[in-house]
Amino acid sequence: MVVAIILLLIAVGSVLFHIYSPWWWTPIATNWSYIDHTISITFWITGVVFFAVIAFMAYCVLRFHHKEGRQAHYNPENKKLEWWLTIGTAIGVGAMLAPGLVVWHQFVTVPADATEIEVMGQQWSWNYRLPGKDGRMGTTDVRHVSSENPMGLNPDDQHGQDDVVVASEDLHLPVGKPVKVLLRSLDVLHDFYVPEFRAKMDMVPGMVTYFWMTPIRTGTFDVLCAELCGAAHAQMRSKVIVEEENDYKAWLEKQKTYAELSGRSAVMRATYESSGK
Amino acid sequence: MVDVPYDRIADVPPAEVPEVELYHPKSWWTQYVFSQDAKVIAIQYSLTATAIGLVALVLSWLMRLQLGFPGTFSFIDANQYLQFITMHGMIMVIYLLTALFLGGFGNYLIPLMVGARDMVFPYVNMLSYWVYLLAVLVLASTFFVPGGPTGAGWTLYPPQAILSGTPGQDWGIILMLSSLILFIIGFTMGGLNYVVTVLQARTRGMTLMRMPLTVWGIFTATVMALLAFPALFVASVMMLFDRVLGTSFFMPALVEMGQQMKYGGGSPILFQHLFWFFGHPEVYIVALPAFGIVSDLISTHARKNIFGYRMMVWAIVAIGALSFIVWAHHMYVSGMHPHFGFFFATTTLIIAIPTAIKVYNWVLTLWRGDIHLTVPMLFALGFIITFVNGGLTGLFLGNVVVDVPLSDTMFVVAHFHMVMGVAPIMVVLGAIYHWYPKVTGRMLDDWMGKFHFWVTFLGAYLIFFPMHYIGLLGVPRRYHEIGEAAFIPSSTHTLNAFITVMALMVGFAQMVFLFNLVWSYFKGRPSGGNPWRATTLEWQTPETPPGHGNWGKELPVVYRWAYDYSVPGAEQDFIPQNQPPRPTRAVQEAAP
Repeated sequence: MVVAIILLLIAVGSVLFHIYSPWWWTPIATNWSYIDHTISITFWITGVVFFAVIAFMAYCVLRFHHKEGRQAHYNPENKKLEWWLTIGTAIGVGAMLAPGLVVWHQFVTVPADATEIEVMGQQWSWNYRLPGKDGRMGTTDVRHVSSENPMGLNPDDQHGQDDVVVASEDLHLPVGKPVKVLLRSLDVLHDFYVPEFRAKMDMVPGMVTYFWMTPIRTGTFDVLCAELCGAAHAQMRSKVIVEEENDYKAWLEKQKTYAELSGRSAVMRATYESSGK
Repeated sequence: MVDVPYDRIADVPPAEVPEVELYHPKSWWTQYVFSQDAKVIAIQYSLTATAIGLVALVLSWLMRLQLGFPGTFSFIDANQYLQFITMHGMIMVIYLLTALFLGGFGNYLIPLMVGARDMVFPYVNMLSYWVYLLAVLVLASTFFVPGGPTGAGWTLYPPQAILSGTPGQDWGIILMLSSLILFIIGFTMGGLNYVVTVLQARTRGMTLMRMPLTVWGIFTATVMALLAFPALFVASVMMLFDRVLGTSFFMPALVEMGQQMKYGGGSPILFQHLFWFFGHPEVYIVALPAFGIVSDLISTHARKNIFGYRMMVWAIVAIGALSFIVWAHHMYVSGMHPHFGFFFATTTLIIAIPTAIKVYNWVLTLWRGDIHLTVPMLFALGFIITFVNGGLTGLFLGNVVVDVPLSDTMFVVAHFHMVMGVAPIMVVLGAIYHWYPKVTGRMLDDWMGKFHFWVTFLGAYLIFFPMHYIGLLGVPRRYHEIGEAAFIPSSTHTLNAFITVMALMVGFAQMVFLFNLVWSYFKGRPSGGNPWRATTLEWQTPETPPGHGNWGKELPVVYRWAYDYSVPGAEQDFIPQNQPPRPTRAVQEAAP
C-alpha cells in the first residue's frame, strides 16, 4: 500500500514539478523555435509514457502484493500483446523522429543570402571576424598567428585585408538577417554557446565548422564555452549584442580592419582602389 | 491471452558437457589470494571495485559541495574540480560498474548458473584480476604524482587532454592512459573466459534458451566489450604516443598560449569516433547485465515467470548489435559532417524499441504476480523508475536537433546519471541483497536494507530529476561555478544547494549499507541454501556458500527453463531447473 502510494507520488510529483518548475528554457532569440517545438512534442510523448508505466507499476504493487494464499498467474508470453506494444512504441518513436529530422534538415541547410561571420576560440577568450566591404573573408592559417595577427589571417590574401577583426571584445549582429557562423579554434575544442540562440557547434582546431541562424530580437546575450577547454573553461565569456541595422552599422564603422591592425592600411587602400577600377 | 504450452519449453534436447579438470589449491595463498576459483576472484573483483568506487563517491561529494556552495570551500579550485569530475566519471563507468558487473557478478554467477564447476581458463581468470588490480593502483597513484590526476573530463578529448591548459598534463594523463590499457588487457583475459564458459561449459540440459537472463545479459555484454574495448585501447595508445613521442594522430597544427606547437595534420574528431565507438557500447556493457539481473530479481520476487522470455533474449541481442551503430549520437555538435545526424538519430531512436519492450515485459511480469516487497524487489522497482526516466530523456538527446540546445548542459549530466548511474547501481544493490545469502550463508539485515533503499532511491531521484531542468535552462556541464550570466535566476543556486544536501544524504546511506555488509557477515540470520525459493541452479548447490568445484560429485542436469514459478498444479510455487519432470508429465510428453 505505502509502496504503491510512493510510486504514484513519484509519477504525479514529477509531472507537477515539470509544470510548475521555475527553471525553464530561456526566451528564444533566433529563428530556431522549431527546435523548441520538437522538444515540446518529445516532452508530451515521453511524459505520457513515463506516467503510464509508473502508474501501472503502482497499480500492480497495490493489487498484486503478496497475501496469504495468492498465486501468481502462469503466463509465459503473449505474442499479440507484445506485437501491439512494439507497434505502438514504433509509432511514438516515429512521431518524435520525423519532426526532428525535418528540423535538422533546416538546420544543416544554410540559406544562400546568409552573411558569413567568424568566431574563433582560444584558451580562454573569444575573437570575431566580419567580412569587409568586399563581402568575403580572407583565408587563415594557424601558422600566421602572432601578437599582431591574433586570428592568423593570411597576409597575402587580398580578401582578408578589409576583414573586421574584433579581438577579445563583444560581437554585434544586426537583427533579422540570416548569418552563417563559421567556427574556428586555435588550440583545443571550444563551443560557441549562447543559450538564447539554441544553435551551437564545437570549434575544432584544424577545421572550420559552422551553424546558421537569424536573430529575431534585439538584446545582449551571454556567450559561454560549452566544450571543456581546460582550467578557465567556466570563465571563457563574451557577449553578443543583437541590434537594429543602423546601430549595427554605427558600431561597424568604429571597428578596425585587419590591414589597419597590422599596419598595412596603405597596402590595403592601394589594392582596394586598383581592384575598383 | 495465448499461453505457450508448458511442455514446449521443457523438451529441448540436453547438450553434452565433458567433465573439467580443476586446479586444487595447495596452500592458503593459492586458496584465498592467488586463487583460481571464480568465486574467490569474483569477491576480489567486487571488493576492489567497491574500494575504488568509494573514492569516486567521496569525489562526488567534493564536486557537489563546490556546486552547491561555490566559493565556500577554499580547498576546491577550478583545477581540482576538473580533476574530481574526471576521476569520478572514469572510476564509476569503467573501474566500478564494468568491473563489478562482469568481473564480480560474471565470475560468481556464470559458472553457478550454467552448472559448471569453474571458468574454463581458471589461470587466465586469476591473471585477469591481478592485472585489473594493477590498473586500479596505477589509476589511484595519479592522486599522488606531481600535478595530480588529469582533469580532461572522462572523455579525455584531445588536444586539451595533453596540453598544458589542463591539469594533470605531466603525469596524470600518461598514467590514466596506461591504466586504461592495463584494464583492457585484464578485461580481455576475463572476458574470453566468460564467453567460452557460457558457450562450452554449460551442464547437460542447459540449452541457450534455458539460461537465466542474468547469464544472457552478462554474456552479451562481454561479447560487446571484447569488440568495443579495442577501439579505446588503440585510442589510448595513439594518444600516449602523441603525448610522449610527439606524434600527431589527434593533434592538428595549433597555437598554445601564443606558442606554435610542433604538432600538425592530426584529427581531434578521429579520437572522438574511436572513443565513442567504445563509449556507446560501454553504456550497454553496463546496462545489459543490469537488464538481465533485474529480470531475474523481478521474476523471483514476484513469484512469476519473466514475461516474454524469448522476446527478452532477442531484445538483449538486438540492443547489443544496434549499440554498435549509434556511437556518433554523442557527437552531433562535434563538427563531424552534419549529414551523419540523419543516420545516427534514426538508429538511436530505433534502439528505443527493443529497450521499451524490455520495460513492458518487466512491468507485465509484475502484473498478476504475487509480489513480495523484499529489499531486492524494492531495488528492482527503483531500477524500473529511474531507467524509464533516464531512457526517455535519451529520446531527447538522441533526436539530433533536440540535442543541439541540450548537449553539453546539465541535462546531459542528469540523463546519463539517471540511466547508467542510478539505474544500474539500483540493480547492483538489489543483486547484492539477493545473492549475499548465497555468498555468505547469511541474510542481510532487512531493516537496514529498507532504510538504505528508500534513502538511496528517493535521494538519487531528487538529485537527478530536478537537475534536468537546470540543463534545460542552459547551465553548461563541467563548470565549477556558474558565475555571472543574465539567463540564470538566483533560484538555481537554491536548487543546487538542495541537490548537494541530497547527495550527502545518499552518501550517508551507503555507509549504512557497508555497515550492514560487515555486520550481517557475522551476525546475520542464517539463510539456508535457497532463502528466496528460486529456481535457478546457483540456489541448488549442495553447500552454501558453494564449495570448491560448486557441485559436489555430480553436475546438475537441467530439465526446464529458469522461470517455472507458480506453475499450475505444482506442489510449490517454484520448480528448480534441475528437478526432473514428474512421471505423469513424462507420460503426457510421450503421447502425441
